[in-house]
Amino acid sequence: MSIENETFRPKIVAFCCNWCSYAGADLAGSSRLVYPADVKIIRVPCSCRVNPMFILRAFEKGADGVIMCGCHPGDCHYSTGNYYARRRMTLLFSMLDFIGVENGRTRVEWVSAAEGVKFSTTMNEFVEKITSLGPNVRLEDLRCRN
Amino acid sequence: MQELVNRAKELLADGTVSRVLGWKAGDMSYNPEPAYFNSAEELENFVYDGFCGANLSKYMIEASKLEGKTLVFLKPCDTYSFNQLIKEHRVDREKAYIIGVGCKGKLSVENIKAQGIKGIESIEGAGMNDGCDTLTIKTLYGDKTCSYNDAMLERCHVCKGKEHQISDEVMLESRDTKDAERFAQVEAIEAMTPEEKFAFFQKELSKCIRCNACRNVCPACSCRKCVFDSTKYDTAQKANVTSFEEKMFHIIRAFHVAGRCTDCGECSRVCPQGIPLHLFNRKFIKDIDTFYGEFQAGEDTESRGPLTNFTFDDVEPSIVGERG
Repeated sequence: MSIENETFRPKIVAFCCNWCSYAGADLAGSSRLVYPADVKIIRVPCSCRVNPMFILRAFEKGADGVIMCGCHPGDCHYSTGNYYARRRMTLLFSMLDFIGVENGRTRVEWVSAAEGVKFSTTMNEFVEKITSLGPNVRLEDLRCRN
Repeated sequence: MQELVNRAKELLADGTVSRVLGWKAGDMSYNPEPAYFNSAEELENFVYDGFCGANLSKYMIEASKLEGKTLVFLKPCDTYSFNQLIKEHRVDREKAYIIGVGCKGKLSVENIKAQGIKGIESIEGAGMNDGCDTLTIKTLYGDKTCSYNDAMLERCHVCKGKEHQISDEVMLESRDTKDAERFAQVEAIEAMTPEEKFAFFQKELSKCIRCNACRNVCPACSCRKCVFDSTKYDTAQKANVTSFEEKMFHIIRAFHVAGRCTDCGECSRVCPQGIPLHLFNRKFIKDIDTFYGEFQAGEDTESRGPLTNFTFDDVEPSIVGERG
């Protein structure tokens, strides 16, 4: 089995909130919009459920990029969850930048349940970005490499 | 120093307090340690000098559960931590009698050793009545001298000021020791390329032995159950196995105290490996100041912390990439 000849396919983890972005992904699917199969969606009750540790753990276990999608600010099902998430992610991304992890491996995008097109274009863009950055070597746990 | 002991004895004698929380002499002149004193006799071991860097606020969490009041000595920067603990309902203000003690900058024996002074037997000139200009160090190889400011802890070079934020009475004079920009070190790292940043933190954090001293000393890290404790056994987690774990531990630890960290610098002081852990906390403080307005944790006991608050027009996380 040779893997040298294969082109790099990134592993992308997408945290999607149950109320907007997950439904947005559903709409993208039922609208037959195309986005790469490299994106693995994890459904969370709200974007503010995403603990910064989840993002680091995803990188540890071999993700090359992590994207978090939630309701647009102001539209949170729980009124204010995404405002808190926004502050947390700003600080976490800034810290990752500070310790030298490439910019662009993490992203936050607000996707509503009606924005199937936005979901698909965002994911296409993100996968393209991560593919150009290459595999994540700075935050991975080498034991998790197969 | 004697006036502190006398005052403590008075307060013990008239029953205002049941015990005293202070520092007692260690086995060397440069390593006093936090201690409880229950009687006037025990207070003979009390010591307060330039090496008493330990922040006693965190000990008040346990002391708040004891019968009666505890007399606690807090330096100006320690009072920020105490206020923050009141805000988080971790200490009981009614159980504490706070004497705000003056501070002339705290010393680290590591900084003296770093100047090539070995075989230290005793150090003079660190007392509260001394002039704070030169330390006289008796070593196995003869007497050496060292400037007081060169031996100071990093946090004292960015001193938060001489004012006690909370106290029942104030004793001894303080000295403002600030002689450096608070965010200068953080800015120097921010100016590096990603490769340099990564190499810098890899080098520093690979020294981590996961002794958990930074966590145990931190006044903001006061959870009874920590995410880094094993869920299976009643022990702290094992040592780092990979380069990733050491980074994650420090990022997450700093994140957990973000917005609550008063920048007391205890993490860097206790690190046996000399990792500049305050850089993480200070980076978060700098970001909070830039994005959400200036905030100093522990300045008051009422306001909401920056991470438990929001505004409708906060910056988007994409700003991190846009700043370049």
